[in-house]
Amino acid sequence: MAHLSDENLERARRLVAVYPEPRSALIPLCHLAQAQDGWLTPEAMEDVAALVGVTPAEVHGTATFYDMLHTEPVGRHVVAVCTNVACMLAGAYELLEHAQDRLGIHSGQTTDDGEFTLEEAECLAGCDTAPCVQVNHRFFGPLDAASFDQLVEDLRTGVLAGQVPRHGVLCRVERTVGLLAHGADDRDVGGVGTAEGSAT
Amino acid sequence: MITGAPPIVTGRMAYADAHTLERYLATGGYDGLRRAILLGPDAVREQVDKASLLGRGGAGFPAGRKWSMLRKADVSYLVVNGDESEPATFKDHLLVERDPHQVVEGAIIAAFALGVSQAFIFCRGEFALGLERLQQACNDAYAYGALGAGILGSSFSLDLVVHPGAGAYICGEETALLESLEGKRGFPRIKPPYFPAAIGLYGAPTVVNNIETVSNLPWIVVNGGEAFAALGAGSSTGTRLFALSGRVERPGWYELEMSKTTFRDLVYDPSLGGGIRDGGALKAFIPGGVSAPWFGPDQIDLGLDQDAVARAGSMLGSGSVVVMDDTTCAVRAAWRITRFFARESCGQCTPCREGSGWIEKMMRRIEEGNGREADLDLLMDACDNIAPGVSWPPQQTTICVLGPSIPSSVASGIRMFRDEFLLHVKEGGCPMRAAR
Repeated sequence: MAHLSDENLERARRLVAVYPEPRSALIPLCHLAQAQDGWLTPEAMEDVAALVGVTPAEVHGTATFYDMLHTEPVGRHVVAVCTNVACMLAGAYELLEHAQDRLGIHSGQTTDDGEFTLEEAECLAGCDTAPCVQVNHRFFGPLDAASFDQLVEDLRTGVLAGQVPRHGVLCRVERTVGLLAHGADDRDVGGVGTAEGSAT
Repeated sequence: MITGAPPIVTGRMAYADAHTLERYLATGGYDGLRRAILLGPDAVREQVDKASLLGRGGAGFPAGRKWSMLRKADVSYLVVNGDESEPATFKDHLLVERDPHQVVEGAIIAAFALGVSQAFIFCRGEFALGLERLQQACNDAYAYGALGAGILGSSFSLDLVVHPGAGAYICGEETALLESLEGKRGFPRIKPPYFPAAIGLYGAPTVVNNIETVSNLPWIVVNGGEAFAALGAGSSTGTRLFALSGRVERPGWYELEMSKTTFRDLVYDPSLGGGIRDGGALKAFIPGGVSAPWFGPDQIDLGLDQDAVARAGSMLGSGSVVVMDDTTCAVRAAWRITRFFARESCGQCTPCREGSGWIEKMMRRIEEGNGREADLDLLMDACDNIAPGVSWPPQQTTICVLGPSIPSSVASGIRMFRDEFLLHVKEGGCPMRAAR
């Protein structure tokens, strides 16, 4: 019995079909599993392994290399405060200190109610809005203590629910066309013709 | 633009809906692809050669030459690198969020010129909105007929996959990116082969181009390579998207004509950086991402020119300029950059894996007031073990250039601000702390 829902299994199979080699779908499938559960569970990693044709240990070994893939539970909102040099020069460490006080947790911890996980992030490429913060990989900045408090409040009350989906949900736009890898048959996922006979 | 050059990659940024197909088509979108198909692949490659377009990812390798190295094979790939993670760099972030169709069209033109029928856009995972907009643009391009079989009525077919990264700086290195795209840890591959054009994705010949590089292609094809090459000077042709951050009044992105614009223009012009924040004085600046050695105020009149910056001992790199002012602690800035490399080292090579950690610890100890005078020599010695000679361009003891990037900030800090380091040791802490 698979851990991924039937709907997500179907999504997963389509993603695998998009690539010339199944293993290329490993990271997209980890994102998919994380979108379902909020984090990357051991059960989901077994499904991912079966779908791309590697062992669960290989999925785990790959996933733990990447910062975005959480193999331990995290809060509904992962708040990542960038402290790299551009944000640091705009007061990021002071903001991080405030965030720790406000949420009552240290960087790397999750609040008891499971709402917030606080992370100290490396550069998020939001240096023009420094100091910047991502919540579930949606950008906010520049932030000071007051606007950080407002952000936390808005996340708690659900005001930002449309803009900030639950942690793990990354790209809410799905492919509407099937991609056909080299030599692959038309898998009837609403796609275009084959990619053979390319170029002129 | 202050030199009167036309915007090449940011022409649509004034429109809030620039990311939509409707706006894209209303502003000349996919005209480049149409013209490319009319011209044929050889003529497109010729235009890109004439443009002398330098890769915009960081290494600045000529795009046309990279293309020419693609080994002839039955199956070959194009991978567009949008895993932008060099600290203080945010141009690709802008391009994927605000003009994703331009990225898609650029990728299609590149694939057409290369005779490739399968392409990937590897987009940094943290760009959630960028991924959504790229995927939407990709879907729209299929529906419009710019992707898929028989593109715009021609015999050219292309599949394009938008692939999300999962958070690892090292995946910006092109061979690590290919490993990651193969579903593995992002470990850079041993060289040779030096270029994926010989052995790339799944062992097949592969061209890896940066997001900004391909974003220039629609304009180049429409206006001609000579028009592009007429902008800038020397090998630094065209315009470039610069990311300005740190202690300036107006941090942000600015598309500027290369070579003819200077760092002074970027930092001080009222329409650009607007000067040092709060009327402070310039202390130092990083000219091209945190992998680059720092410059002092005496270099502020250098042009935004790849060769000029290289001759002066640093690099234009990813086009991101970080400004430090008289309230900035050089030790703290260098420590924070080192900490980044220590966290992001992939761990394959000993000098990088061990060296980054040791240097970070020593830097922190100085910043926190527990340093010793001898630490300065020890730091330089550790740097020398990673990049022998601690010169620029650096010698390499590692598989990729992450390792030799570590000494840049440390050595710059010690060489330019030795007294400040010693003051930390003498006073048992950071003398700038009160200023923050």
